[in-house]
Amino acid sequence: MNHAMSANNPSELPVVSDRLSHKAMRHVSERIIEALLFAAAAVSVLTTVGIVYVLVSESVQFFQQVSIVDFLTDTQWTPLFDDAHFGIMVLISGTLVSSFVALIVAIPMGTIIAIYLSEFAHGKVREVAKPILELLGGIPTIVFGYFALLMVTPLLQKIFPELPGFSLLSAGLVMGIMIVPYIASLSEDAMRAVPMSLREGSYALGSTRLHTALHVVVPAAFSGLAASYILAISRAVGETMILAVAAGMQPNLTWNPMEPAATITSFIVQVALGDLPHGSIGYQTIFAAGLTLILITLMFNILGQWLRRKFRESY
Amino acid sequence: MQIHDTPQLKAEARNLNFYYGEAKALKGINMPIYDKKVTALIGPSGCGKSTYLRSFNRMHDLYPGNRYEGEIRFFPDNTNLLSPEVDPIEVRMRVGMVFQKPNPFPKTIYENVAYGLRVRGENNRRVLDDKVEHALRGAAIWDEVKDRLQDMAPNLSGGQQQRLCIARALATDPELLLFDEPTSALDPIATGAIEELVHELKKRVTILIVTHNMQQAARVSDFTAYMYLGELIEFGKTDEIFIKPQDKRTEDYITGRMG
Repeated sequence: MNHAMSANNPSELPVVSDRLSHKAMRHVSERIIEALLFAAAAVSVLTTVGIVYVLVSESVQFFQQVSIVDFLTDTQWTPLFDDAHFGIMVLISGTLVSSFVALIVAIPMGTIIAIYLSEFAHGKVREVAKPILELLGGIPTIVFGYFALLMVTPLLQKIFPELPGFSLLSAGLVMGIMIVPYIASLSEDAMRAVPMSLREGSYALGSTRLHTALHVVVPAAFSGLAASYILAISRAVGETMILAVAAGMQPNLTWNPMEPAATITSFIVQVALGDLPHGSIGYQTIFAAGLTLILITLMFNILGQWLRRKFRESY
Repeated sequence: MQIHDTPQLKAEARNLNFYYGEAKALKGINMPIYDKKVTALIGPSGCGKSTYLRSFNRMHDLYPGNRYEGEIRFFPDNTNLLSPEVDPIEVRMRVGMVFQKPNPFPKTIYENVAYGLRVRGENNRRVLDDKVEHALRGAAIWDEVKDRLQDMAPNLSGGQQQRLCIARALATDPELLLFDEPTSALDPIATGAIEELVHELKKRVTILIVTHNMQQAARVSDFTAYMYLGELIEFGKTDEIFIKPQDKRTEDYITGRMG
């Protein structure tokens, strides 16, 4: 009744027109904000497109002089020598071996830390431990590099006397420690997102904390764990300074972590620091190497997306 | 409240108090649970019925700051379930639970039911196959899932998930089965199936069920306890409680004047 009366009351009409003008104002500012947001998004997309364009166009010139078959099958990488060879496998082997060593350290350690923090640690321990752990992720990688070269390598040489001063093993181990916080932090978030009702269901059947963590929480959080592992792989493959400092920079086709070797990234650093004329073949190698690096991380990202979708849980 | 053909006791709460930190949630509860009967806990939200239920399998031990006083005696061995010397895991080996919201694990249907058996160290495939089938039949879901035991459990419908959770609890042959509002997330047809199941199950196991739905309490239970503000107001045979409650507060709640 009251409603009907007030709606028909002519004295309230100006209120309606007021609201209309407000609405128009709102529309304009909404459009401005939308444009700003779009511009911000466009900058990052365009940057990516630009990077890929430069990499591809320089690489195309590179591959006009070096055949793709040679690039993939040659066992030597000597782009700056008179007798130039361009076997990218040499650099890929260094990258894969060092990443593999790093992941062997980082995935188990990061996962165990995440399980401890999420399922066992008391609230106060977690409040202190997690920020400290994340601080570890904030240490510049050059510091890790010197830590590997000056602390870890001498220590390892006590166990393996034949270990050279530069090695993929030492650099890989320290790189693993560097990656641990990323895995631990992301995995812990994923496990904490598992609803309490699932844990209660497991406890109610008489299971222990460890059994619940391993058989209910980890499988339920698996898509999150997989995402953190993939991020870790990308970090390891793309890591530069630790390898440049501690792994030596001589190209060396090897699958043995006890040897020194160059990786794709440390080669790029080495060449980028030198004075190479634009357009020379040596200059173009870094783009071919960079493109290879991007393709490797892209491959792992696609694998990660696939894993996430395959193991996504709806709880 | 004299019960003529008094059945055997399965459990008994004696002077049970419970504290969430400083807050006292249960106040001096004394109540019998009879063997192979269904006992319903009713009362308005926040009256402590779920808190009381979760004391029977020591669920409160999972969270810091909770404290019990008094005893829950468990028969025939007269163990005090709340005693600090009693391992909560031992308690949960004997007391099963079905939750408000179906909570199947992100595993196959088969592995969900086998979970409690595996926790108890059973890994023999034939024993597991047998017990899983028996439990699924017991929960009246065997016919629906027998051809897809390797499907993921979270893909089942809500009602099926809840019956699967009942099968999961039944697989380990609990002596007491706790139901915490098991049908509040289900539609009327699924609810009917669960109620029928509860009726069937009491031949095998003692049941304690929390429910918000008074018709449900009247339909499924032999005994009913009315709780209010952490106290047990009235306990008795379900027909007697619903037909002529002794306490004014019970009467108000049952007739819908309160809560």
